[in-house]
Amino acid sequence: MSNSWIIENGRIIDPASGRDETGTLVVTNGYIAAAGEPVPANTSRIDARGSWVVPGLIDMHTHLREPGEEYKEDILSGARAAAAGGFTGIACMPNTIPVNDCAAVTQFILERARQAAVRIYPVGAISRGSQGELLADLGELKNAGAIAVSDDGRPLVNSQLMRRALEYAADFDLTVISHCEDIFLGKGAMHEGPVSTRLGLRGIPPAAEAVMVYRDIALAEWTGKAVHIAHVSCAQSLALIRAAKERGVQVSAETAPHYFTLTDEAATTYDTRAKMNPPLRSESDRQAVRQALADGTIDAIATDHAPHSCLEKECEFELAANGIIGLESALPLSLALVADGLLSPLRLVELMALNPAKILGLPAGTLQPGSAADIAIIRPDQPFIFSEADICSKSRNTPFLGCEFPGRAVLTMVGGDIRFQKELL
Amino acid sequence: MKTEYSFSHRHILGMEQFSRDDIAHILTTAESFKEISARSIKKVPVLRGRTIVNLFFEASTRTRLSFEVAAKRMSADTFNISASTSSTVKGETLIDTARNISAMHPDVIILRHFSSGASQLMSQYVQAAVINAGDGAHQHPSQSLLDLMTVQERKGRLDGLKIAIIGDITHSRVARSNIQGFRTMGSEVHVFGPSTLVPLHIESLGAVRAPTLRDALENADVVMALRIQRERLHDPLLPSLREYAQRFGLSHEPLGWAKEDAVIMHPGPVNRGVEMSSEIADSPRSVILDQVSNGVAVRMALLYLVGNA
Repeated sequence: MSNSWIIENGRIIDPASGRDETGTLVVTNGYIAAAGEPVPANTSRIDARGSWVVPGLIDMHTHLREPGEEYKEDILSGARAAAAGGFTGIACMPNTIPVNDCAAVTQFILERARQAAVRIYPVGAISRGSQGELLADLGELKNAGAIAVSDDGRPLVNSQLMRRALEYAADFDLTVISHCEDIFLGKGAMHEGPVSTRLGLRGIPPAAEAVMVYRDIALAEWTGKAVHIAHVSCAQSLALIRAAKERGVQVSAETAPHYFTLTDEAATTYDTRAKMNPPLRSESDRQAVRQALADGTIDAIATDHAPHSCLEKECEFELAANGIIGLESALPLSLALVADGLLSPLRLVELMALNPAKILGLPAGTLQPGSAADIAIIRPDQPFIFSEADICSKSRNTPFLGCEFPGRAVLTMVGGDIRFQKELL
Repeated sequence: MKTEYSFSHRHILGMEQFSRDDIAHILTTAESFKEISARSIKKVPVLRGRTIVNLFFEASTRTRLSFEVAAKRMSADTFNISASTSSTVKGETLIDTARNISAMHPDVIILRHFSSGASQLMSQYVQAAVINAGDGAHQHPSQSLLDLMTVQERKGRLDGLKIAIIGDITHSRVARSNIQGFRTMGSEVHVFGPSTLVPLHIESLGAVRAPTLRDALENADVVMALRIQRERLHDPLLPSLREYAQRFGLSHEPLGWAKEDAVIMHPGPVNRGVEMSSEIADSPRSVILDQVSNGVAVRMALLYLVGNA
């Protein structure tokens, strides 16, 4: 299979260089060629007319469930879902069974990843077993290939440990990703508001997130280290992050498509597909997330892809597992923000490719000559109804089935190899 | 009532599903059944041959007995299943339980469950009519209907009244059902309790949040106290039952603020000396035992309306 291509007539969007123009992108032997570089005579051509040619998307927040819960997802199925969503690299969270808190698990993941459709970037645990008590061997994790650390899903209660993690992880250039949740305030099934009141479900106030966002900002500010805030859901947190950035604190933030698309109203019939943590918030929170995507307070869109089988989802709302799948729907939902005029195409690609790569320190998210040819071709104006046929994940837990989306990725290329192709262009 | 009215609900899941006409029809039906319980032979053949399953995942004496008495007075065959919470922990899901019971072709399943939304979930997996006998902190429609019936008997109407509900609103399915039920019938519902036990967004249900006990009780036609559960002390939502009784309990003095002919209600079981003094619980203004009697009549009406469909 050839991995040299001439991608013609597409709108080339590369926020790293600010480039946004119709043109030709040449891939030579799996790398992006410089302008004017000689092109071998028999190089295949891809006609990208009507499409965007962008750096492959990077999802900095995925749950691949392997090892331990392969009935929900495994590394290969998750990677196929990623490729179908336009992603060429995904960071997988450590809350597997066992937890990825040591070199052996990281190496296992990377070994599996050799067969995967996209690049897999393991995130190690901050604490041993994500128990929140002792630091994991972060240097060993880094050497084994972890690119960041997080106790995602098991919020760090111990503020002293969080401080030490920020300091120690920085010694190894490991990004610290914080799942901000006060676990006492966070005891609940959904956002605290009129809907939870009517349904008689215990509510989670936005403060459950915001108090920990502030803690982490305060620690980052005091130590001078960087912190990345995962899946921001509410206006209160965004105000804190915005103010911290203005003060020069090294804080970055991501949100997930469901937080700018849905509100707690989605759970109004006890629909467990609308149950996630942090929970879907109010309309004013949703608007605040959209605003923060536009004004730069939020740096990245991540999926928080959280596959669960029907065993965990077809049950009483309070007992249902948190989370939805997101790899296949993240780009279509985000394209809606461009269609709404909220984001420029350049800003969207920055949020979904360039910034996640930067925050994680990855050599990706750009179309600069010499980079690996990790490329997504996107049809922004090809509306479709999202159906099970569009899902490559092993799980189906999404509230978006049956929704109309404005467009999608039609081709995903990793190192010049086509890993997903919707139809002949 | 309009002659063309027909009751069109397959399941009874919560008070929000009912219009004013629905509630009036249920109460009229219940009144007509009330006389059966006063007979020496307390049985009519209305539901003969029907199978009714009482499926209780939560301890309940009064509600379960009330439904069972109601079903037997209508000649239905009744079966009681008390599923402890541990049996679900052992493995069988609510949906599997629902499917298994459904395979035995009952006509009505009466479900009491600790999880909000459980009745709605079950209704999606069974052929039988589902009557919600209390789901978590969500709804308890038969309790609300018997409360409405009791108030109507005592006050002669259900509109233009001031209803005061005092106590743990947050965890109360009775409060949610009654706010909706009394509002639908045209009355005002004022709620009061410790701020830890009144939801921040209670007004979105149509209730008035009273700033003080006096505001709640002043000129009230109906005063309803809700049960305080001891486990609320550990959350921590309350410092002590003693303090609750002093600050929020109903005794002679605060009840002086209500209308002279105000009735006192409680869904039971009463913690005497906590939600109200014994003196109040046993006073002539207390309709607590009328509530229990009317409970049988209302449940006969509900079984008749959904069991004969």
